[in-house]
Amino acid sequence: MTTAYFLILALLTVSWFLVGRQRASSIAGADPASLHSLPSYHGLFLAALICLPMILIFIVGAPLAERYIEARAFSGLDPATISDELGRSAVLRDIQSVLAGNYAGTATPELTTAASAYSSAASITSWLLLIAGIAAALVAAMFGFRLIGPEFRARNSVERLVKYILLACSAIAVLTTVGIVFSVVFETIQFFSKVNPIDFLFGLQWSPQTAIRADQVGSSGAFGIVPLVTGTLLITVIAIAVAGPLGLFAAIYMAEYASPRTRSIVKPILEILAGIPTVVLGFFAALTVAPFIRGSGESIGLSVSSESALAAGLVMGMMIIPFVSSLSDDVINAVPQSLRDGSYAMGATKSETIKKVILPAALPGIVSAFMLAISRAVGETMIVVMAAGLAANLTFNPLEAVTTFTVQIKTILVGDQEFDSAKTLSAFALGFVLFFFTLVLNFIALQIVKRYREQYD
Amino acid sequence: MNMLSEVDVEKKLYPAPDQPKAKMKGDNVSVFYGAKQALFGVSLDVPEKMVTALIGPSGCGKSTFLRCLNRMNDTISICRVTGNITLDNRDIYDPKIDVVQLRARIGMVFQKPNPFPKSIFENVAYGPRIHGLVKDKHHLDEIVEKSLQRAGLFTEVKDRLHESGTGLSGGQQQRLCIARAIAVSPEVILMDEPCSALDPIATAKVEELIDELRENYTIVIVTHSMQQAARVSQRTAMFHLGNIVEVGDTEMMFTSPTEKRTQDYITGRFG
Ligand SMILES: Nc1ncnc2c1ncn2[C@@H]1O[C@H](COP(=O)(O)OP(=O)(O)O)[C@@H](O)[C@H]1O
Ligand SMILES: [Mg+2]
Repeated sequence: MTTAYFLILALLTVSWFLVGRQRASSIAGADPASLHSLPSYHGLFLAALICLPMILIFIVGAPLAERYIEARAFSGLDPATISDELGRSAVLRDIQSVLAGNYAGTATPELTTAASAYSSAASITSWLLLIAGIAAALVAAMFGFRLIGPEFRARNSVERLVKYILLACSAIAVLTTVGIVFSVVFETIQFFSKVNPIDFLFGLQWSPQTAIRADQVGSSGAFGIVPLVTGTLLITVIAIAVAGPLGLFAAIYMAEYASPRTRSIVKPILEILAGIPTVVLGFFAALTVAPFIRGSGESIGLSVSSESALAAGLVMGMMIIPFVSSLSDDVINAVPQSLRDGSYAMGATKSETIKKVILPAALPGIVSAFMLAISRAVGETMIVVMAAGLAANLTFNPLEAVTTFTVQIKTILVGDQEFDSAKTLSAFALGFVLFFFTLVLNFIALQIVKRYREQYD
Repeated sequence: MNMLSEVDVEKKLYPAPDQPKAKMKGDNVSVFYGAKQALFGVSLDVPEKMVTALIGPSGCGKSTFLRCLNRMNDTISICRVTGNITLDNRDIYDPKIDVVQLRARIGMVFQKPNPFPKSIFENVAYGPRIHGLVKDKHHLDEIVEKSLQRAGLFTEVKDRLHESGTGLSGGQQQRLCIARAIAVSPEVILMDEPCSALDPIATAKVEELIDELRENYTIVIVTHSMQQAARVSQRTAMFHLGNIVEVGDTEMMFTSPTEKRTQDYITGRFG
């Protein structure tokens, strides 16, 4: 029914666009300049008048309709079965499978009654919705149609409309973000009612398993994130130590030394690196790099675990090279040629020019390239899962297995969960800390860029 | 012996007006951008401690010739230069010449002011630093101050030496670029339409400065303004379509040009 609703909406919108345009040009007749606005603006105006009320009615009406349908379906049922959210959704699932004809087993008479109540309510409400939508649209359109005339400023109305549409889009983006943050904060607060925030932030042990029996050892779990912080930092630092210099030097080569032809070949190849699915890179890390590190470590007498932070960090570094190199290349290229000329004319060599003029001028962009790369590294999960393991060791030794925030979140939420257990909720708390982490990182980057700008621009 | 030195002294005091010492000489210079030829066997002498103006309609190769003089054309990969250019009678395209040192002896000021996005101080200190001309911090301060003074900018910026050079006005920026160029004590300064991005007052200041700098430096200036050429230069070369049409004393060129094309250009009939 929803499909039909929007199909009709689209049809009406297009046809009224044509009607409006036609009407305006026939009013104008032989003298198009007699209209204030071009005919197509009149068309767009009518189209908007049709489409907005219909969308609005759907947005308001659909949830109301759903409430009504559920109320009808539940009216004949035993109140005990629908006393809580879980029971209600189970009943709804049953009703839907009865209606679809694939209910496992034989339906009770109550269920059959509920199902038929459900389906009749559903068809009534969807017809109502459709009729209301079309009626509102037509009223609006008739009103708009009467406005069309030489004096009518359809162009300005459309302009205003465009502004509101754009505003709505950015509002949706912002509200979604706010919503996500709030839900994470809410769950985090719930988590902190079970686990002491001090223990969480400063605890040295992370083992979030829940007890199956109350007398089990470690039944309360240990929720100290310090090992995760060190693990995340260790891997990120290794990754940046690889990608920073390599990416930046590659960018300098591409921007300053390579011929345009070489650059046009090298740059896309580097960018392909960013397109490799991380699971493939993880594969590579676990099956090629990690054994290699282990082998070469043992040959010089070091004990290396088969899953190591070094392996994950190295491969992650490879992954983020293109973020550093491609963006840095762009910003280096954006440095005006006149600055290079100025430096060369002073008798500077190419590398002196790069070091003393070009890189300082491009610094804000390079910093943002690094920040982007770092946030990619912090947020990366797959490579770590495959190459660095799940063990929450508190260590700074890159040859040992470590784990990160993202890996723990994933591990906690995969599989069956009790929703309100400390273990599950800890995933939200981890997510919150991670979010805070990247926020601080971005803030610092912004400050660096701003400070630099103030000094030089 | 005695006689000779007297003659020398006389020569210095009263140089023969039509035979000044040539600091730089271009001989049969041709320049190609890829397959396109921009200069066709141009020959021009640049007299020492004078201002030589290059005039002519746009696209006639003035900038190209100027950029040959400090080998800035080397930075353009498709550009090829033939012919002979000397500085103090040494071929500057000789493979034994270090272009980096050459450019320290021949400074350049560009059409659009291009201070580095660094402080005023750092802008002027740039050249002395990369060429290792400074003994210590005190010496560097001295060089920076002296260069800014010579460029007539010191009193305007002395309280804000550590503020950004890009925050200055256009005219100040251009004088900063001149200070930057003279900080390495070049012998020749090349200027490519140095006033074309400036307002009349800033232009007047820069012109005044050029006139003062003539005392110590050999200057070659490209300009599209006839009045400017007449005001600041002693010699003028008229370019047209990659050739030099006429060279002579500025006064002569503007009062009685021998070539019809020069006359037309000066009076504004083409260009
Ligand atoms: N970098 C370049 N690449 C290709 N052609 C160029 C380049 N610079 C200048 N030219 C060409 O050389 C000719 C002379 O240019 P230019 O010396 O800049 O003239 P002017 O300074 O007298 O206006 C012009 O035809 C111009 O198109
Ligand atoms: Mg030019």
